[in-house]
Amino acid sequence: MKPGFDEMQDARGAVREHYRTYDRWLEGQSAETMASRRSEAEMIFRRVGITFAVYGAKDEDGAGTERLIPFDLIPRVIPRDEWAEMEAGLRQRVTALNRFVDDVYHGQEILKAGVVPAEQVLKNAQFRPEMMGVAVPGGVWSHIAGIDIVRAANPDGSGTTYVLEDNLRVPSGVSYMLENRKMTMRLFPELFSLHRIAPVAHYPDLLLETLRAVAPAGVSDPAVVVLTPGMYNSAYFEHAFLAQQMGVELVEGQDLFVRGGFVYMRTTQGPRRVDVIYRRVDDDFLDPLAFRKDTTLGCAGLLDVYRAGNITLANAIGTGIADDKSIYPYVPKMVEFYLGEKPILANVPTYLCRDAEDLKYVLGHLPELVVKEVHGAGGYGMLVGPAATKAEIEDFRRALLAQPANYIAQPTLALSTCPTFVEAGIAPRHIDLRPFVLSGKSVQMVPGGLTRVALKEGSLVVNSSQGGGTKDTWVLEN
Amino acid sequence: MLSRTADHLYWMSRYMERAENTARMLDVNYQTSLLPQGADTAEQGWRGVLSISELTGLFEQRHDRIDARSVMDFMVRDEGNLSSIWNCLRAARENARAVRGALTTEVWETTNQTWLEFNRQLKEGAFERDPGAFFEWVKFRSHLSRGVTVGTMLQDEALYFLRIGTFLERADNTARLLDVKFQALAGSDFFGGQAKEGQEVDFYHWSAILRSVSGFEIYRKVYRNVIVPDKVAELLILRPDMPRSLAACMNDVVANLDQVANEQSAETRRRAGRLQSDLRYGRIDEILATGLHAFLTQFLDRVSDIGAGIGRDFLVPVA
Repeated sequence: MKPGFDEMQDARGAVREHYRTYDRWLEGQSAETMASRRSEAEMIFRRVGITFAVYGAKDEDGAGTERLIPFDLIPRVIPRDEWAEMEAGLRQRVTALNRFVDDVYHGQEILKAGVVPAEQVLKNAQFRPEMMGVAVPGGVWSHIAGIDIVRAANPDGSGTTYVLEDNLRVPSGVSYMLENRKMTMRLFPELFSLHRIAPVAHYPDLLLETLRAVAPAGVSDPAVVVLTPGMYNSAYFEHAFLAQQMGVELVEGQDLFVRGGFVYMRTTQGPRRVDVIYRRVDDDFLDPLAFRKDTTLGCAGLLDVYRAGNITLANAIGTGIADDKSIYPYVPKMVEFYLGEKPILANVPTYLCRDAEDLKYVLGHLPELVVKEVHGAGGYGMLVGPAATKAEIEDFRRALLAQPANYIAQPTLALSTCPTFVEAGIAPRHIDLRPFVLSGKSVQMVPGGLTRVALKEGSLVVNSSQGGGTKDTWVLEN
Repeated sequence: MLSRTADHLYWMSRYMERAENTARMLDVNYQTSLLPQGADTAEQGWRGVLSISELTGLFEQRHDRIDARSVMDFMVRDEGNLSSIWNCLRAARENARAVRGALTTEVWETTNQTWLEFNRQLKEGAFERDPGAFFEWVKFRSHLSRGVTVGTMLQDEALYFLRIGTFLERADNTARLLDVKFQALAGSDFFGGQAKEGQEVDFYHWSAILRSVSGFEIYRKVYRNVIVPDKVAELLILRPDMPRSLAACMNDVVANLDQVANEQSAETRRRAGRLQSDLRYGRIDEILATGLHAFLTQFLDRVSDIGAGIGRDFLVPVA
């Protein structure tokens, strides 16, 4: 049997300290109660419209392509000390990543020092030469970062926490973190008197504070907006939700225009100036004059206004250079380079297929490795060796040989599991964690984050677009 | 407020109001068709339903003959009919979803729930089982929607644009209902003609019109008399205290337009105010003397002109 790490039970099957109260409570709940709570949760999510669109999918019931992300009733619980260390690690990592992006677009000290190979950065598709020399407020580039963290089992039964991926462009999922908590409080209010659970509901406040703090210099009462690609985007619910919670306008590209070096939105009372755009649109679609010509999601002339410092974009253009999978292996070195500190959070050991030695190793061990396309996202363009068929492995081998620089590989981690409701009752399922780190005047976050769970038995893919679900995430205060 | 947001709000409430009025109209016709009457009368009623919404042509492309079941089906659930209740509720919900951040949680959830529940009921055969109860349900969802809107929304632009949509749509729908029902009875323009004698006032016909706008009890209360056509017309056109009358709708349109006025909206406001005044100072005998049909046709044109003005002034302005 492969070693495993369960968040609730230790290797001998005893319930871990921080889950004991919950476990006792759960034993007292009948199967019927839990089943009825499950359907209640589903009904509420439908009514609230907490849905996401699946690309290319069709539904029969007139609800279009809107799906619910399955919500699991059993929370993922994190003890206070564990979170404290994680929080310090996140703060450190995101600070270093922001320093890195700022450096890349200014002095490029880290390249000169040879810590990160210059060509890895300068020839990267994610490098935006347009941003060279641009000073962004406070030197902050990734104002909202989603850092994916996993715990993997070691052979001795202990677990190690790794950062799997940094998401520094337009990370999503925070609305599910908030709604999941609301749902648990609604379904099981008694749990909140049994535990001291750190609250998360102030996230929109922190977000607004962050966005206001990075307004262009001299703007005292900045107009903040959320820019969405529109209601057919898979994360539309979240865009609308955050705009509403912050009390700011939710705009689409067609609502914005540039005049006289500033960005305005079209309102019923005429044009109104915009100072900060929390954009949920990728770089490529932001400005048809600068990037993709065919985009209608952005605003023509935006880049010029941005470079002139008359608008703040969150996140900044060009942050993709720091979360590219080919740059990921260097993040611990960035921490040392910029902060002079030892990294608190570990990276997963990573093979760069552009490197001949590494490639050789990867080709020889494909059935054991996870191979990822460096620009892939959402669990697409990825080979999970142990779960793949021979044919899939051979397909990937060909792709790998054709363009080795496009891939990285990592050992298949035995992701930790958490008890989860499935058809047959309660069973362990693999999980990860995405905390959301906000950088403005200071680095802030709410305790925990979004826990995603792979609902299929044995599956390691937690992405919602591929059948993943979510859990409420508790950080205990005692 | 964003012009696009105002646009979605305006159309969201228009579609919800249209769904309600379609349900009202179908309900009354359905109830009438249960009365002992000739097949001709029933068919004429269903023909009226189609012509109110200017859908006779589309219907005939899709159905061979006019009967209760096919017309109700067409008006309730036909996805190819943009005015069907299904499409109205879908459009209301899509517009709401596009600006859910500008709505209170209650308003959004009510609109979303109406759409989901409507589809569930259709699937479960609730409409076939009891059309009357089904129409009643649609009506009450619209009442709920309006109540939640007024009861929870901040009194700012968002609310005003929602209200403008509601009342402009209602004015349009009431006028169409009147026009068709009065013509149905008279063949040509009943009131334009001189011969009132020989025309038997059909209690059921007039009471059906009144019921379709929740006006039956109001009529009794206001006139304390038997139901006669010119009073019915007066109630539904000129009485400012009758919530679904043309006068009441225009009062509300104007009041809400005043709240959102901008630099370019003066002309639209003037036209709306003029229509409001015509109703405020109008007399039913004058209207009937010039011809009800002509009056209503002109009214519909003016309402549509005001709608276009609102679109230009607020909803799709040039930068």
